[in-house]
Order: sequence, then C-alpha cells, then structure tokens
Amino acid sequence: MREANTLILRTAALLLVPMQLLFSVFLLLRGHDEPGGGFIAGLVASGAVVLFLFSYGVSATRELLRVDPRDFLGVGLLIGLASILPSLILGQPAMTAQWWQIPLPGGDYYKFSTPLIFDVGVYLTVIGSILTMVVGLSESEESDA
Amino acid sequence: MLLAVLSGFILALFAPLICRVAGDRCGWVFALLPATLFVWFAWLLPEVMANGAQVVRYPWFPAMEINLDFLIDGLSLMFALLISGIGTFILIYAGGYLKGHPYLGRFYVVMLSFMASMLGVVLSDNLVTLFVFWELTSITSYLLIGFEHEDVKARASALQGLFVTVAGGLALMAGLIMLGTMAGSYSLNDVLASDADLLGHEWAVPMLLCILAGAFTKSAQVPFHFWLPNAMAAPTPVSAFLHSATMVKAGVYLLARLNPALGEAELWTLLLSFFGGLTMFTGAFMAITHTGAKKVLAYSTIMALGTLVMLIGIGTHYALVAFATFLVAHSLYKGALFMIAGILDHETGTKDVAEMGGLASLMPVTSVAAAVAALSLAGLPPLLGFVGKELMFEAVLDAPAWQMLLPVLAFGAGIGVMVAAGIIAIKPFYGKRLETPKHPHEAPVSMLAGPVVLAGLSLLFGVALFIPEQTLVAPVVASLGGAAEKVHLALWHGINMPLILSLGCLVVAGLILRFWSRLQPQLDVLREGLGRFGPEAGYFRIMEWLTRIATWQTRVLQNGTMGNYMITLALTTVGITGFTLITQYGVPLRLPVPDSGFAAGIALLMIVSAFFATGTVSRLGSVAAMSIVGFAVALIFILFSAPDLGITQILVETLTVILLVLVLFRLPGFTRMSSPLERWRDIIVAVMVGALMTVLILAATEVQFFEPISAEHVARSVSDGHGRNIVNVILVDFRALDTLGEMFVLALAAVGVYSMIRLKAEDQTA
Repeated sequence: MREANTLILRTAALLLVPMQLLFSVFLLLRGHDEPGGGFIAGLVASGAVVLFLFSYGVSATRELLRVDPRDFLGVGLLIGLASILPSLILGQPAMTAQWWQIPLPGGDYYKFSTPLIFDVGVYLTVIGSILTMVVGLSESEESDA
Repeated sequence: MLLAVLSGFILALFAPLICRVAGDRCGWVFALLPATLFVWFAWLLPEVMANGAQVVRYPWFPAMEINLDFLIDGLSLMFALLISGIGTFILIYAGGYLKGHPYLGRFYVVMLSFMASMLGVVLSDNLVTLFVFWELTSITSYLLIGFEHEDVKARASALQGLFVTVAGGLALMAGLIMLGTMAGSYSLNDVLASDADLLGHEWAVPMLLCILAGAFTKSAQVPFHFWLPNAMAAPTPVSAFLHSATMVKAGVYLLARLNPALGEAELWTLLLSFFGGLTMFTGAFMAITHTGAKKVLAYSTIMALGTLVMLIGIGTHYALVAFATFLVAHSLYKGALFMIAGILDHETGTKDVAEMGGLASLMPVTSVAAAVAALSLAGLPPLLGFVGKELMFEAVLDAPAWQMLLPVLAFGAGIGVMVAAGIIAIKPFYGKRLETPKHPHEAPVSMLAGPVVLAGLSLLFGVALFIPEQTLVAPVVASLGGAAEKVHLALWHGINMPLILSLGCLVVAGLILRFWSRLQPQLDVLREGLGRFGPEAGYFRIMEWLTRIATWQTRVLQNGTMGNYMITLALTTVGITGFTLITQYGVPLRLPVPDSGFAAGIALLMIVSAFFATGTVSRLGSVAAMSIVGFAVALIFILFSAPDLGITQILVETLTVILLVLVLFRLPGFTRMSSPLERWRDIIVAVMVGALMTVLILAATEVQFFEPISAEHVARSVSDGHGRNIVNVILVDFRALDTLGEMFVLALAAVGVYSMIRLKAEDQTA
C-alpha cells in the first residue's frame, strides 16, 4: 500500500497515534475494574499502528515499531506463560492469582498482580497477531505494485 | 525415585553437548547414569524383599487421580535392574558401534529418553502415567528404528512398528481406563489389592480384550509379531536393547503386573496360553528359515516373548518360577547375542551368516562369548537358559489349559531355538574361512564389554543358581502372587520328562543343523509362501485400503471449491445440531418481541444491510454492509449495558474492515459463476443456517438445566478476583487457562496468515 498522500491525515495521525497508544495502556491498566483489559487495549493499540501505517506506509511503520511484529507474538505468549510461574513457585495450583500492593507516591497503593501480567501478555499477543497480518498484507501489496 | 526415572530425560537434553565434548568416549560417559541407577535399584532390593511393595507418591494432577506414583516391588525392581544394567552396556557398545556417526548426539538423545520411558513404564504405579510412559516408548522406539532415516526400508519399518504398537496403545488406554473405573482407583497397588469383583463386572471382557490388545501388539504376539523382525532396520545397539530388556518386554511386564488381579479369569488363561504358545512356536520356526543374523535373533525373541506370555497364562507356581527365570536368562543372552551380531556385521561388512565362516581364530573373545550366550539360548547346561527351559517344560507339562497342544508347541520351539543358537554361534565362527566384504578383526573393548559381561552372567547365574534365585526370581514370584519361599532352582532334577524332552530337542536340532545349508533353499520357498498370506500381508492390505479411502474422502470433501466447503460445513452443522436440538428440546415457538422502538430499529437496520450485502454487485459495498451489521450488534451490546463487549465488537469490526479492504484490491469483481439452480440451493442452505441459529438462540435463553454460573462470578469477582470488571476478571483470572489457549490460537492464526501471504509473494518472485 502506498501511503495516503493527504496532509490532513498525516498531521492528524501524528497527534492521534501517540494518544491512542497511551489510551490503550490506560485501558490495559484499568481493565480489571472498569471497561477495558488486555484484549480491548491490544485492539486499540493495533488500531493506532494501523492508522500510522495508512498514513506513512510500511517501511516507516517498521521503523516506528523497531522490532518485527511477529516478535510481539512470542513475547506476549511468553509473558502469559510466565504469569503462571509465581503460583507454581509458591506451591499453589497453577494460575492462582498473586496480588501485591505497590506503594505509590502520595500514600496510595497500586494493585499489581499476576492477572495483570497475564493481561499484558494478552495485550502483546493481540497487537502481534493483528500487526503480523496487516503489515504482511501491506508488504505483499507493495511487492505486487 | 522421581529423579531416577526423569534423570534419563534430563541427561538426554544435554546429550549432544556431551557428545561434542567427550568425542568418541561419550558412550562411557552416558553409561554412568544407568550404572548409577543399577546400583541404586540393587541397593533397594533387600529392603523391598524384607518389607514388601512400596509406593512412592508425587502428586501431579491429584484432582484427576493422575500422579507420578511409583510402585517398587520385586517385579518392577527386576525390570528396572535389567533395563539399567543392560542399558549400561548398550550405551557403551553404541559408542563403539556408531563411532564417528554424524548423528551420534541425536542417537543418544532418543536412546536415553527411551531408557527413561521404559523405566517409567515398569515403575509407574498410576495407570495413566504408565500409559503415558508406554506411549513414550512407542514414539522413541519409532525414532530409534527409523534412525537411519535416509533408508526407505528403515522408515517403513519404523512406521509399521509405530502403527502396530500405537494402535494397541489406544486399545490399552481404553482398557486401563475401564480397569481404573472398575477398581475405583487408578493406582496399580490399589487395583491389585482391591477386593472389588473385577471379573464379575459387566465390562470385564471388553477390558481384558483391550488390555491384551495393547500388550500383545507391544510384545509382538502372533498375529502382530511381524513388526518386530522388521524393526531390525534399527542400528544394532537399538535392536539389542529393544529385544533384550525393553520395549517388547513392556507388554510382558504389563501382563505379569496385572496377573494377580486378572489371572483368575478363564479368558485370560486361555488367550494367554494359546497365543503365547502359538507365538513361541511361530517364532522358533521362523528363526530357522532365515540366514540374517539379526533376523534369526529377532524371531528367537518372538519365541521368547511367546513363552513368557504363555507362562503367565498358565499361571501355576512352576509357570511363575519359570517366567521369572526365563525372563532373566533371555534378557542376558539376547542382549549379548545381539551385540555379537552387531560385532559380526561391523567387522565383516555383511549381515548374512551364510557368508561368514571360520572367524573364531580372528575373533577369539567374541566367539567364546557367542558360544556361551548361544548355549544359554539353546537351553543347555550349565547355563541359566537351561534352567529356564527345563522349568518351562515342567510348567507346560502340568498346564491346566490346552493340555495336549502346549507341550507339542514347546517341543517344536525348543528345537527351533537350538537350531537358531547353532546358526548364530557355530556357523560364523567355525568351519571353512569365507571371504567377507571387510577384513575382520577383534572388536574394540567398548563393543566387547557388553557381550562378555552378559554372557559371563548367564554362566555365573547358571552355576551359582542361588544368586538369581534369591535376588531376582523369588521377589518376582512374590509380586506375581506366588509363594516366594517355595522357589528353588536347580540344574539337576533327576531324569524326568523335561530332561527327556530337552534331549529329544537336542537330537532333532543337531540333525537339522547338520543339513541346514541343504535345507535352506526349501525353507526360503516356504518362507516366501507364508509371507504372501501371513499377517504382514494383512497389514499391507489394511494400509492400502486406508490410503484408498483417505484419497476418496479427500476428493469428495476437499474438492477445492470454496462454495463446496461452506455448504458441507453448513449442512453438517445444521444436520447434527438441528437433530440434537429437535430431538432433545423441541422447537421453542415463542418469539420474543423487541421491547423498545430503538431495539426494533437496530434489528431492522441489520436485516436491511444483510440483504444488501447479498444483493450488491460491488465487493466494497458488500463489505460495508456487513460491517453495518457488525456495528449494529455492538449497539445492541451497549443497549443491554455490556460496554466491554460493545467496545470489543466495534474494535474488531474496524479491524476486520481494514483487513478486508487490504485484500479487496487483489480480488476480481463479482462475477456470476453459478447457475440459477445452484443459487437456489445456496439460498436454501443459507436460510437453514439462519433458522438454526435463531432457534438455537431462542432455545438457549429458554432452556436452562443448571443454575447459571454468572451469579457466582458476579459474587466472587471483587472478593476473589479483586476486580469490578467481571468480564476481565473472568478472562484473566477465573478462566485464565482458556484465555491462554485462545492466545495461542490467535498467534497461530496470525502465523498461518503470514506464511500464506509470504508463500504467495515468494511464488511470484520465483
């Protein structure tokens, strides 16, 4: 796919992409209590990258990502599996959720947990799958042209 | 104990590395593991003999009664001793035999895993774990038989072995599950001690048949015996190990293990003694029709396996003592003889004993070891094999079942093995010196260690009978449910019927050997005739039909038209689901009415866009119309206050449209390719699917058998899951395992799409 040569889309993308990525992280982190979660956040983040892809093309997108989209897949799956380890180390049934309170500046606490780690794995796997497909398709189109 | 079983797998991980570091001496390094295990098992022996069976438990999936439990008693320890003891020499031997082989590292990986799986089979107390290890031995032996994977014959033989043993394994699984259910426990120790009436149960016969199918295929009983001689395609160290102490003995082990629980069944006695006897005779007979050293030995293994199965079937005190003695004797001489066959092959460059002669002066140590081991095979005094064979005759003569048939078969088998022993030990070493492709000389120490020690033990145990009697035979007899204190082995029983039978065998065998080279052509003809109608021909017939049916089925189901696939899928779903729905629940007729104008509006929108999608001539229009349906669904989710689902649906719709648009450019425009009749057919199928889905949804909301678990999820979400978003708590905590599986599916789908795109791109550049 040749990048869309419209100034408005390109300029808007520069603003929207980082915001959308930030929003996806927000969705990911609050997912346990409010609407959101790894799957949705992953979709939003992929949407952001796809928007960038449409406005700037494949090679620019690859540069932006720095790693191959397929690497997200592997890392995502590994993180998902790694979230099982703490329960095993503690000798509990596999996948028992572990919760830790992490003090935040200002006396507040953040609930950190293995389900969150697992959700990060979901997030990365979703991003990885969609980008693998979309980037792959766009690249094959470019080689066709 | 857990470490003892798993250490083989662990060492296998590092095998290629060790091979690279240790070079030619790696066989000695690997042998340290089984040697250590051997010492440890031997050290356990007195304790087990004094205190009886022990069970060591390691919970694995305790909720499903699947545990890494190990049962240590006389029977399992003797097998463990044989596996680790002979394994030690085999590993050393393999280092010499496969010296400089490019895949030596890979060989040791599989060999060590195989040994560990085998230990797992004989030590497992849990029926499920036993089955897992059992299948592992099938898989690893497949890799070992097909080790020379560039050889077509080796590959075919490996596959044949795998098919036969795994088909039996499947039956075994069914049998073990039935056994476990009937006994109320998956622990062998409990099953054996269970006072439940196993044999009176209505499943008793199917259970017995399934277990026997598993054991018979594994232990190469007639009519499944054909895979074993073909497995000779494996490198000789593998054959030696597979035949002497492992693989094929797994079936024998299982039968022996279950004998106390099932031995009372009449069916068990009849089937085991009949098939065992038949196998014993067939093996011995086939052995003398061959000239390949390894083939002769392979058939004599079949004879030994038949004997062991028959002895379990007979089940008297004599039979059990004979079983234990024969088992030890066979493992020792068969291991030694296979290694000797490997030495001959290695040194002379030919496998055919008819081409060898006069090697005794060139290979003195080998020839002595061969002579001793062969005497044990033939069952001549003062070797352990003699004691085993005399006991076997004794057991056969007072067998309760098949009284006439078994002694005749046993007599024939006795002749057969004596001839086989002569073929192996006399033909290559004595007589006229024959030219061979390679100039032979004495084998290296690594290859001689095994045959010499194992043959030496055959002799030592034969002369000093109290050693095997107290350490091996008595504990085994005790675990088999016999009286250990009555075990007494002796070389000389006075002049009795077994001795006369032995003498008779010797005379006939001597005559056959004398004229063996003249008989050979006739035997060849006979063998070929049998090959045409034997069970192996049946195997080929079955495989041929399997391929033919698969081809036909693929042609019909996978004819390459997308429309055909979709119709097949749709009709199957409608047929099966619809049938179940109508017969089980009936058709719910109450149609719900939308409760608000808004919902009705959305529904109308969906219907209109669905019709538009099917009617439009533009691809883009169709995609857009479909996405309207998708967004409308998202609206419905939001209407029923499921924001998470709504967001997800919108995002998925968006990305779907993006993906479709990306591929849209490469597709041609819509063209009308189907006749009006076909279009009507498609419409009917589509309406049927739509109707089924509607009825399904209606049924799902109306019919409820169980209390929905959603209330439980809501109640425990905050307290147990520490989250207020129930959907997310379910996804990442309550049902995280499902999610993990879905992650892998997603990743696989992406990789699949990617490789399809890549494949096409590469086609174009090429």
